[in-house]
Amino acid sequence: MTVSVVAAGNGLPGLDRVPIWFNDPSNWWGPDGLVIRTREHLLYTASVVIIAVLIALPLGLLIGHTGRGVFLLVGLANSLRAVPSLGLLILLYVWFSERIHSNADIPYFIERGGLASFIPAVIVLVVLALPPLLTNTYAGVQNVDPAARDAARGMGMTGFQVLRKVEFPCALPLIMSGLRSATLQVIATVAVAAYLPFMGGLGRFIIDGSQQITQAQYGYPAMLAAGITVAVLAVLADALLGLVQRIVVSPGLSGRSTTRRARGRGTPRPTAEAQLADA
Amino acid sequence: MGGAWQYFQDHHQEIWGWTKTTLWLATLPVVVGLALALPVGWVAYRYKWSYPPIVSGAGLLYTIPSLVLFVTLPGILGTKILDAKNVAVALTVYTFALLVRIVADGLSSVAPATLDAASAMGYTSFQRLVRVQLPIAVPVIGAGLRVAAVSNVSLISVASAIGVTQLGSLFVEGFQQGKFPPTIVGLVIFIAMALVFDALILLGIRLLTPWRQAVAAR
Repeated sequence: MTVSVVAAGNGLPGLDRVPIWFNDPSNWWGPDGLVIRTREHLLYTASVVIIAVLIALPLGLLIGHTGRGVFLLVGLANSLRAVPSLGLLILLYVWFSERIHSNADIPYFIERGGLASFIPAVIVLVVLALPPLLTNTYAGVQNVDPAARDAARGMGMTGFQVLRKVEFPCALPLIMSGLRSATLQVIATVAVAAYLPFMGGLGRFIIDGSQQITQAQYGYPAMLAAGITVAVLAVLADALLGLVQRIVVSPGLSGRSTTRRARGRGTPRPTAEAQLADA
Repeated sequence: MGGAWQYFQDHHQEIWGWTKTTLWLATLPVVVGLALALPVGWVAYRYKWSYPPIVSGAGLLYTIPSLVLFVTLPGILGTKILDAKNVAVALTVYTFALLVRIVADGLSSVAPATLDAASAMGYTSFQRLVRVQLPIAVPVIGAGLRVAAVSNVSLISVASAIGVTQLGSLFVEGFQQGKFPPTIVGLVIFIAMALVFDALILLGIRLLTPWRQAVAAR
């Protein structure tokens, strides 16, 4: 069935097609429907963010604690921001697709033959998630009040104890904001990764739709519907992590202390990103 | 690498055309985004009650993934899906969203004593804003501008995923042919462009804040 609906002057089906698309249960529950694509999107995002945290958190804490490798870190983070994600994705895909011929699959995760797409996608997504995590973790540790660090040392804490009991908790607000930017970045780029064949996620609708844009079911309305879903996922993920941040950050740090001390009209700290770009 | 150079030579006319599109996509949104963020950031700074809604609204805009905005804008603006204008508008939105908060925070980071001194010297509040607060906020706003400019350049390539022609089309060619040269040429030009913009803004910050060098040289 190829129903083409052209409404607006730009040759695209109108926005009014989007609610109609959402109203059709087959668009939600089919084998490549919205529900399964959303689940894939979230699975990809979660696994990439976990890998990135496992790499960036120890490394960032170490660099912040020892003060070594800062120059390298700042340079690396700034130059990674300049790399166009689609270009890196395709470069790695071309390289891996010549070398991987496995047909392995993981249900709901990797489709048959999708390994040559999946590995480059994960590498690119992790690489993109690293800079905000690394720079914020490092900056968080660096920003810890030296008096607090000295006090901890004076109490006889070892270097590792200082890191674990003082520097890490004090750095948590910045680490969490790094985690939030990294997660948003990954949710957005998972959609782009659907450019590679066999990749799932909500970007599938957008990439496939752009090949048959005037088509009523799989064209522009599906692209918009998936786009809205990705945006909603991003906003929800950010709100959820904001909530986690409120829970894990010590009230004494976030200014929500129970002993309502007077909050000075202090100067707002520039963000870690801005500080590093300035370095 | 030789293959990439060969590819560049064979296709330089096409690549130059794409580079021109990419150049205006990389510059115009940053300029317009900054021009919009300055007054709105000032409002958020001047009228405290407007700070939370403005900053969280901007944060929400910044949350929208680029591919989503590229796809949605034609539906809102009535433009064609492959029109580069969609990309320009989307990048303007991101630049604006990133800078609004930085402008507001930058303006309010100026020490009260400095403001009092300027008032005592007879500056009106507008003169004070333009001649004292903005210059002092230049390093902070400039740092934000660098982040915006560099990430915009790499976001442009994403538009190729739905077929908007610019330098990112090199990646599409690389993908379709399954060959490295076009992709490598594209990566090199994109990264070089981002680095040049970054350096230019850094230079601009230095020129606008001569006192920082004077202090550093002492």
